[in-house]
Amino acid sequence: MRRQLLSTLIALVAVILLVSAPVVAQSRAQAPVAAKPAPAAKPWTMPRTPDGAPDLQGVYSNATTVPVARPANLGAKEFYDSEADKAATASAGAGRGGAARPAAAADPEGNGLAVHYDTSQFGLGGPTVKRAASLRTSIITGPEGRVPPVLPEVTKAAQERRAYQQAHQWDSAQNRPLAERCITWGFEGPPMMPVGYNSTLEIVQGQGYVAIVQEMIHDTRVIPTDGRPHGPSVIKRWMGDSVGHWEGDTLVVETVNYNPQVVIQGAQVSDAAKVTERFTRLDADTIQYQFTVDDPKTWVKPFSGEYNMVHIDGPVYEYACHEGNYGMANNLSGARATEKK
Amino acid sequence: MRICRLGGWLFAGTAGAALLSLAVIPTAAQAPTAYKAPKTKDGKPNLNGIWQANNEANWDIRPHAAYAGPVYTLGAAYSTPAGLGVVEGGEIPYKPEAAAKQKENFTNRLKLDPEIKCYMGGVPRSTYMPYPFQIVQGTGTIMFVYEYAGAVRVINMGAPTKAPADSWMGWSNGHWEGESLVVDVTSLNDSTWFDRAGNWHSDALHVIERYTAVSPDALQYEATIDDPKVFTRQWKMSMPLYRRLEKNAQILEYKCVEFAEEVLYGHLRKQPLQGKGDSK
Repeated sequence: MRRQLLSTLIALVAVILLVSAPVVAQSRAQAPVAAKPAPAAKPWTMPRTPDGAPDLQGVYSNATTVPVARPANLGAKEFYDSEADKAATASAGAGRGGAARPAAAADPEGNGLAVHYDTSQFGLGGPTVKRAASLRTSIITGPEGRVPPVLPEVTKAAQERRAYQQAHQWDSAQNRPLAERCITWGFEGPPMMPVGYNSTLEIVQGQGYVAIVQEMIHDTRVIPTDGRPHGPSVIKRWMGDSVGHWEGDTLVVETVNYNPQVVIQGAQVSDAAKVTERFTRLDADTIQYQFTVDDPKTWVKPFSGEYNMVHIDGPVYEYACHEGNYGMANNLSGARATEKK
Repeated sequence: MRICRLGGWLFAGTAGAALLSLAVIPTAAQAPTAYKAPKTKDGKPNLNGIWQANNEANWDIRPHAAYAGPVYTLGAAYSTPAGLGVVEGGEIPYKPEAAAKQKENFTNRLKLDPEIKCYMGGVPRSTYMPYPFQIVQGTGTIMFVYEYAGAVRVINMGAPTKAPADSWMGWSNGHWEGESLVVDVTSLNDSTWFDRAGNWHSDALHVIERYTAVSPDALQYEATIDDPKVFTRQWKMSMPLYRRLEKNAQILEYKCVEFAEEVLYGHLRKQPLQGKGDSK
């Protein structure tokens, strides 16, 4: 009996301690505020690698609710005035349409289905994903806030390609879209664009190099920052040929020599394509990412964009896209079976 | 020391010599190399660089004579060159049934070798495939970027973490032991091979790798292989890796999916392919 009482007492004390602990912590946190009306925010200094470069290393998410193109009714308004303004605009119906999947086309696979995966089903969408706060109305910057039109000849070539694709889409693996073939996802860039899900990337800096692995189909960019020139222009690459340098605390990366099948923002790029990216660490959690796409043989003028990446815990998982591509064989054998009917 | 060891291999043709080399090698491995790599600014051996094996291990990690390749139309261009092997002692200690499966794998290698399908090479095979890889030595992490299939590993150098799931390139926790980078690799799947000869492992594979600079332009690579489902005991492979010294050497793209699509999906084409396989 006495023992029981003792254990009850101990339990009770424990509960009181547990309950009161946060209260103590809270009052401690509040006390200095009362004493010093304007507590100085802890000053943030740029972390540096042992070599002295700004330290960009870590796992980041570039998920965003900011659409690539600005909703038309916002005109030249580049920023919402406040979160309230943003919410009000969104609820008025203007901010919808691509807000959750910023870079997704209406019909990404040409099969009449807008949604490939329902990411919310896997806990990959909505509030489960950490995003950098932003009052931007579009990723594309400037008064127009959208990718400029392509040249007429580019439109014509694209139409012909699309018509061929439509007629032959199930002929062979080579007729399927690049993403479905696990060759490129279409968002790894450069410019690196947020994906509908798994917008995760990791940056590692070694001597003379910055390496970025993007989770989606495990595409890795190894960017030399040792002052070397671009490689031979006959070597075209799916992620282009990138070289970087530091301008103050900003990593500037210039990319040329794209594989002619590379698509940036819906348009196949030319051999004149040049993309410039700027990575600037803003604080402990954030990297500002800015890019300019210039391809005078494709678009009527260059365009630029900007978003923030936010630090997340990770890890970056291995995306063995091709190794697990059962869909390719299944789709093609389905097409062959359908033809026999 | 290295020359002694290579010499040992050269004469390891008989069982007696093999035993002798077994007896000699551990002593050789324990002896500290005189060479010490230059240090990074944070005091670690600097292993940054683009590295590549220059041996026949990807054909067969065991000692082997030259033999004809499986595609006769490729003649001498795709036949197997002889190699001294990289397995210490020369023999892989397979369980009897596992040894039989290797022979089966070899017979059916054109159909089964994951390299033909452009599947990621896994560990340790990615290290000695005939493509370069780059070590990007960060502070909390070290990235290994392989040219073949764009495979990548991010070695965690902090407190060891546990794999979220099995994968092709496994889960790598690393630490420094003196001059060596030691990487503990777990959670590898059972779908990769050791070589084109069908040497294989299960999903119980556990690899401990050691990377040690032995000269400004060479690393010694050792991998201790443990897989109780397939082998009767642990065994070890070792080989030098050489720095790619070309001016502006870099990891290029070998996104090989395109090159493997016909072999994987060609039978599902609407029209049989004309000619030699041009997909355009």
